[in-house]
Amino acid sequence: MITRDKKGNPILEAEARIPYELALGPTVHRFFEGFKQRKILGTRCHACGRVLVPARSFCPRCFVDMNEWVEVSQEGRVLSWAVTNYEYFGMPTKPPFIQSLILLGGTDCGFMHLIGGVDLSDVDRVGRIVKTGMTVRAVWRESRTGCIMDIQHFAPVD
Amino acid sequence: MARAVAVVGVGQTRYGNRSEMTYPDLVREGVQAAFADAGLGPEDVDGVVFGTMPSMMEGVAMTHFYFADALRAVGKPLMKTETCGTTGMSLAITGYYWVASGMADVVLVVGSEKMHEGDSQATMSTVAEPFFFRPFTSGAPGIFSMLAQMWMDRHGIPEDKARDAAARVSVDHHRDALDNPYAHIKKAVTMEEVKGAPVIVYPSRLWDICPNSDGACAVIFACEEKVKKMSGKPAWVKGIGFCGDEYWFGDSDKVSWDGARETARQAYEMAGIRDPLKELDVAEIYNPFTYVELQHYECFGFCEAGTAPDRVLDGTFSRGGELPCDPSGGVLCSNPIGATALVRVAEAALQVTGRAGERQVEGARLALSHGLGGVAQFNGIMILGAEQ
Repeated sequence: MITRDKKGNPILEAEARIPYELALGPTVHRFFEGFKQRKILGTRCHACGRVLVPARSFCPRCFVDMNEWVEVSQEGRVLSWAVTNYEYFGMPTKPPFIQSLILLGGTDCGFMHLIGGVDLSDVDRVGRIVKTGMTVRAVWRESRTGCIMDIQHFAPVD
Repeated sequence: MARAVAVVGVGQTRYGNRSEMTYPDLVREGVQAAFADAGLGPEDVDGVVFGTMPSMMEGVAMTHFYFADALRAVGKPLMKTETCGTTGMSLAITGYYWVASGMADVVLVVGSEKMHEGDSQATMSTVAEPFFFRPFTSGAPGIFSMLAQMWMDRHGIPEDKARDAAARVSVDHHRDALDNPYAHIKKAVTMEEVKGAPVIVYPSRLWDICPNSDGACAVIFACEEKVKKMSGKPAWVKGIGFCGDEYWFGDSDKVSWDGARETARQAYEMAGIRDPLKELDVAEIYNPFTYVELQHYECFGFCEAGTAPDRVLDGTFSRGGELPCDPSGGVLCSNPIGATALVRVAEAALQVTGRAGERQVEGARLALSHGLGGVAQFNGIMILGAEQ
């Protein structure tokens, strides 16, 4: 349909919407099967010794298979965080929310998830509660389907 | 042994909302400007390199097919290169390789974007895979705000001090953009306005963040033999560097940022630069966010780790300072992403040939241009000089 944009210029309104079926493969599937049992699983690289989470089928640096599965801690240290306060089309998580990179105990990389259980009514005040370096712990949903949102969020540990 | 290569022409469109024309016509505007600048025509070009952001940005896939006519690529080899925000630098480096290898004498390199036609951050979120990352992304502002938090924490930089330095970067660049006829955002801002602006992704506020721009940039690379037959001033490629990190955002340390440091090391080694702060005359840093520009000053050896706020606040990187950065206003004031890093190359070429108009850094002979892209995954640098 031809309409006018905010500058008054003629535009064609168009949309592309395409369904996908994205394969999990054995490693991602096993990782999420662990989520159903409230377990966070990583894999260890036999070459460099690092434990990476989510579990990987191979080490991005050593390029060897990672077959050794380890259960890692549900608690971790906040490496970084930011408060999202704007929205775009199709955004999966509704703002405001706190995204965070968390170093889970027994792992060697940051794990991306949400920090929850924090008052977000004033984004300028979030920094008085959430601190880089603080400890957070996974809060699981009661009903789990084997996906990343089976963890509702990570909550600050008192 | 690679052949000597120079930039012999640059073309830029005006950046902003360009809904008065189609996307191919906008690309052609940039291409024609480069031909006019170089004094060359399509018949002189051996090959064309083109790139943009992901196809979802404007909803047409494989745009180098769509734009083959606008690039005047009929009857020529046409190559696409893309690395998200780094695209423009990957384009420049691809063009350089092509000429340096001896396989082409003159190559036209073009990057473009028409961001008002789609939803830029919805497009960016598709760069994050859907199993683990996508639910937590908030486009580029989320990633770069997390980088800023890590950087402040690691170096013990008080939040207020980092806030002041980032605001100063914003104030400087918005003032600089007033001297750039191509710039999108032409509005002077004060420290108070920047620090009091609405939060987009904390700690980044409205004036810490680049706009969505439409625009195209074209750069023509030529071999020494061709350069010697031309009358214009060439900008010689002195050094290049490119380094990628892992895809997984949490796998590598983005504060020490080995990938960014390695990129600079490669480019400095090739250019024979030992002290970038003293030897470089101007730099065009890829700065879509104020805080990440501060980090790059440190990663590129312009100052010691953790000291960028002090150096910004003492004016080291402002116009008239020891190493002016982004006198064009930078990415912060114009960001047609597929073109943006190539704009840094074009601006560096204009600076070292003394043709940067009101934004000229007096006597500039050696300039660094930078691109950054992916989920803070790729860094690329091209150093241009007035001397071969």
